[in-house]
Amino acid sequence: MAHYWFALWGIVFRELFRFVKQKERFLSALVRPLVWLFVFAAGFRAALGIAIIPPYDTYIMYEVYITPGLIGMIQLFNGMQSSLSMVYDREMGSMRILLVSPLPRWFLLVSKLLAGVFVSILQVYVFLAIAWFYDIQPPVEGYLWILPALILTGLMLGALGLLLSAFIKQLENFAGVMNFVIFPMFFMSSALYPLWKLQESSQILYSIAKYNPFTQAVEFLRFALYGQINQEAALATILAFAIFLIIAIIGYNPSKGMMKRKG
Amino acid sequence: MKLRFSLSIGLLLCSSISYSETIFVTLEKDNAIAIVDPIAGKLVKTVEIGQRPRGIALSPDQKHLYIATSDDDTVIVVDTETLKVVARLPSGEDPETFAINSEGTRMYVSNEDDNQITVINLAENKAEKTVPVGVEPEGIAVSPNNEWIVSASETTNMVHWIDAKTLEIKANTLVDPRPRALSFTADGKQLWVTSEMNSTAMVIDVATKEITQTIRFAIPAVGQEKIQPVGVVIDAEQNWAYVALGPANRVAVVNAQTYEVEKYLLVGARVWNLAFSPKQERLYTTNGVSHDISLIDTQTHKVTKSIAVGRYPWGLAVKK
Repeated sequence: MAHYWFALWGIVFRELFRFVKQKERFLSALVRPLVWLFVFAAGFRAALGIAIIPPYDTYIMYEVYITPGLIGMIQLFNGMQSSLSMVYDREMGSMRILLVSPLPRWFLLVSKLLAGVFVSILQVYVFLAIAWFYDIQPPVEGYLWILPALILTGLMLGALGLLLSAFIKQLENFAGVMNFVIFPMFFMSSALYPLWKLQESSQILYSIAKYNPFTQAVEFLRFALYGQINQEAALATILAFAIFLIIAIIGYNPSKGMMKRKG
Repeated sequence: MKLRFSLSIGLLLCSSISYSETIFVTLEKDNAIAIVDPIAGKLVKTVEIGQRPRGIALSPDQKHLYIATSDDDTVIVVDTETLKVVARLPSGEDPETFAINSEGTRMYVSNEDDNQITVINLAENKAEKTVPVGVEPEGIAVSPNNEWIVSASETTNMVHWIDAKTLEIKANTLVDPRPRALSFTADGKQLWVTSEMNSTAMVIDVATKEITQTIRFAIPAVGQEKIQPVGVVIDAEQNWAYVALGPANRVAVVNAQTYEVEKYLLVGARVWNLAFSPKQERLYTTNGVSHDISLIDTQTHKVTKSIAVGRYPWGLAVKK
């Protein structure tokens, strides 16, 4: 059992070390949501209609509304970034070292995922701390409640990244995937506008957004930040995580997945 | 853990016993009043009361509720226990706002269309006198020592100082355009007046009857034309004043010592009137266009909840 822990610690430490060493990455991970918060939200503050929707008890400013969406954004980018590093590792050969270890492949992949989630949670809490000074102050218990939600949503979005990395052969292809995955996922979700608002303009867009796993993750986070559990969103997040992970594990299996064809 | 749990249950029980209160809200379009339990945060019931109810106040002993039912041309007296109308006061035409003296013996009603104030004797439920004032009198208040009745004329842009003994105008103060609401500080030394058209609130010194401060409201990203101050209240310690800003959908929190605006709190659409809870730990607002009331925590200056009450909530009164 000890060597499992040792391997997990090694993988988490490597991810953390890489994160700390790359100051630009930490900075950009923070700057991205903060730009959305300070610039985009400020611009839309007066433009968007307000209405009370759960979990909120009263009228909220637009920046309060998009905060959970931006937390989701941090995790989405982080998930993609750690899968980008998988592609890089594969190209550089360090992945081979990881995958030839005697531990089961699923364990190594989940460890890799957990390492990414750990890093994303650090980013989220720093973001929330800055947002607090910008008058985005959810109830104190919300900061605690959001932690389990962050782990699950982080795992789900990380697993999605892992899945993608299993099927991407070269770093160059990754930028395209970022465009075709991150942006549609982010914009066709409840991160920037409530679903009812989308429904007003297009029923199709509404349906896509409703079944978008990212929407479910954002809603899960939104409720958790206010000390509530959105069961539907929580279950959908867990389900999406399971599906993404299983496909990723199959994808990384040399005898079955994409690795075989590549090799 | 167990101790903490029982402690919190205990606190919960205490709080529900010691803080029970009821908010009565007039619903202009539903011809009714809404009864709200602010502790549970919910609408308890709605009772039909009369045509277009607007101004509302409790008698000092809290046994009666006075409601101006404008389209019935009367102020009705409602028993707060049975919620039945027990009397109708001769208020004059189209009553909207009124004020009661601290003894509960007299009511002063603004008659906007007739440019006068009707004085009603509450012991006999009879009109005693009418006092002619400026054009379109709206806001009205009685000083805490019952010495002055002040009336704001929307079109004349004046605050009229009526001597409560002689019922004659003793002084006038020219104020910013379209004055709406008036409120005395608890010590009776200041009178706060809001100007709907100038986006301002003015502080008048009661002794000299002159404006000593003018507070201008401006909210980033909100057009100045939307900032229309209406209701104003000042806490008993005179630390904070709160001003409802109408279609700006915000309540301004003003430091009553420095006269600086500290914060703008987002509430429902077209916030109009304000009232404190009995211990002033909460402030309630009526939001006409969004059909709800908002609850503000006066310690943290945060809006904690908004409760749907019915169509066009106008005024509110809070009973212990």
